[in-house]
Amino acid sequence: MTTLYTADHEWLRIDGDVATIGITDYAQSQLGDVVFVELPKLGRQLKKAEAAAVVESVKAASDVYAPISGEVVEVNDAVTGDPTLVNSDAAGKAWLFKVKITNKDELSGLMDADAYEKHTA
Amino acid sequence: MSGHDTASSPLKQTPLHALHLARGGKMVPFAGYDMPVQFPAGVLKEHLHTRAAAGLFDVSHMGQIVLRPKSGQVDDAARALERLVPQDIMAVAQGRQRYAQFTTASGGILDDLMVANFGDHLFLVVNAACKAEDEALLRKELSGDCVIEVLTDRALLALQGPKAPEVLSKLGADVTGMRFMDAGPRKVMGLDCFVSRSGYTGEDGFEISVPAADAEAFANALLADPAVAPIGLGARDSLRLEAGLCLYGHDIDTTTTPVEGDLVWSIQKSRRSGGTRAGGFPGADTILAQIDGGPPRKRVGLKPEGRAPVREGAPLYGDADAREPIGRVTSGGFGPSLNAPIAMGYLPTSHAGVGTRVFAEVRDQRLPLLVTALPFVPHSYQR
Repeated sequence: MTTLYTADHEWLRIDGDVATIGITDYAQSQLGDVVFVELPKLGRQLKKAEAAAVVESVKAASDVYAPISGEVVEVNDAVTGDPTLVNSDAAGKAWLFKVKITNKDELSGLMDADAYEKHTA
Repeated sequence: MSGHDTASSPLKQTPLHALHLARGGKMVPFAGYDMPVQFPAGVLKEHLHTRAAAGLFDVSHMGQIVLRPKSGQVDDAARALERLVPQDIMAVAQGRQRYAQFTTASGGILDDLMVANFGDHLFLVVNAACKAEDEALLRKELSGDCVIEVLTDRALLALQGPKAPEVLSKLGADVTGMRFMDAGPRKVMGLDCFVSRSGYTGEDGFEISVPAADAEAFANALLADPAVAPIGLGARDSLRLEAGLCLYGHDIDTTTTPVEGDLVWSIQKSRRSGGTRAGGFPGADTILAQIDGGPPRKRVGLKPEGRAPVREGAPLYGDADAREPIGRVTSGGFGPSLNAPIAMGYLPTSHAGVGTRVFAEVRDQRLPLLVTALPFVPHSYQR
C-alpha cells in the first residue's frame, strides 16, 4: 500500500482502486482541539479539489478538499462520533472517508512521505 | 487557518511578549499586537483550567486611560464623562467600577469600557482596537474639564478562576475583602498596582494593572503557583462566549444600540426617561425610545440542536425554507465547559423569545438552533 500526501495536508492510502483519506498529524497539530467532523455522504461523486469534509476546532472550521476525483464508498462514523480521534490518531483511526478512484492519473501530482516532510519543514 | 491581519505596519509587543515566546505561545496578530492565541496545552485545556483553577491572561494591549478633573473634584470628571456614555458615572463610588459604552449620535456603540473611581480621578480600560479613537474622542470632548492621560508604561494582566483570590493572597495582595467590581490602587508583591475584581470569563477573578518594567517578574510569580496556567486569546474567546459577554466589533458595534445588544441593565434609571439626569449622551433619543418602546431586534443566545458549530456571519432564518434571513450570528463556536456548540446573534424581537427555534445556514444546510437565555455558563462573581 502506498501513502501519498497533498500540499493541503491530507494523506491518501492507496489500496487497488480505493483511496482512504485523512488529514495529517501536522494538520491536526495546527488546528488544535478538534470538536466536530462532517463527512461527505455515501455515494457522492467528488471532484478533485472540491470541499469534501469539514474538521472544526474550538477556534475555526477547516475544509478538507478531495485530493482526487471519485465516488465516496465508505465514511468513518467513529470519527464523527469522537472527533478527538483526529488529535490522537490522525494518520490511523481518524481516517475520514474512502473513495473509488475515477482516474489514477490524478495521483501523479501528489507527494510521497519524504517530499511531504520537506513541505512541512 | 484564519485570523490574519491585513495591516502592513509592524506588530506591537506587550511587556509579556518574551514570556509568551518562552512558554511556547502560538503568536498571531490581534488588534495590531503580536499575541498568543494558545499555549502548548491548547484552547480546550486552557479553557477548562480557567474554570477549575486559575488562568493568567495578558490583556496589556487594552488601553488604560486616566481622566483627571481639572477642578480636583472627581465628580466633575464623572459629570463630563456622562456626556459620552449612557451610564450613571456620578454614582460610581470611590473604589468601585462600572461597565459603560461610548455611543454614537445614532445610538450605536463606539466601544465598551470599564470606568473606575479612584478617588481623585477616573480610571478607564478600553478595547485595544478602539483605543486611539477613544483617546481622540476624550481629548476632543472632555479636554475642557479633564486632563487625559494614556498610560503606556503599564501592563494589564487578568487572573481568572476560582483559585484567583487564593493565588493573589499568597503574593501578599489584600484582595479577600474586595467584591465583584471593586477597584483601586493596591500593593501586590510590593508593586503599585491597580486591582479590580472583574474580568471577561464569567469567573471570579481580577484584572491587575502593573508597571511595565515589573510585568514579567509579576507574571512569573503568578505562574509559579501550580494553580495558574497561561491562557491565550482562543480560550479567552470561548470563555467570554460561554459567559454571554459581548466582543466589541462582533456582537456590538456602531450599528447596534446598547438596547439591541441586550445591555439595558448597564443603563441606570437616572439616565433613562424620567430619571434625574435623563439623556444627555450621544444617541439618547434613539436609545431611550428603544428602552421605552422596545428595540426592533435583540442580541440573543443560540444553542445549535446538533453538534456542528455555527460561526460568526451565518445568516439566521425564521424557518427551514425561508428565503430571506431575519438575522445573523455575531459570535459562535464551541463551548468546552458545555461540550456543545454555542452562539450569539441578532434576531427580530418577534423571534427573540427563549425557546424560539430558528435556522442558520451553514455549508448550504439549514441547521436548527434554539434561542437560549444568557449566560450559557452561570457567572460566579463574588458580589
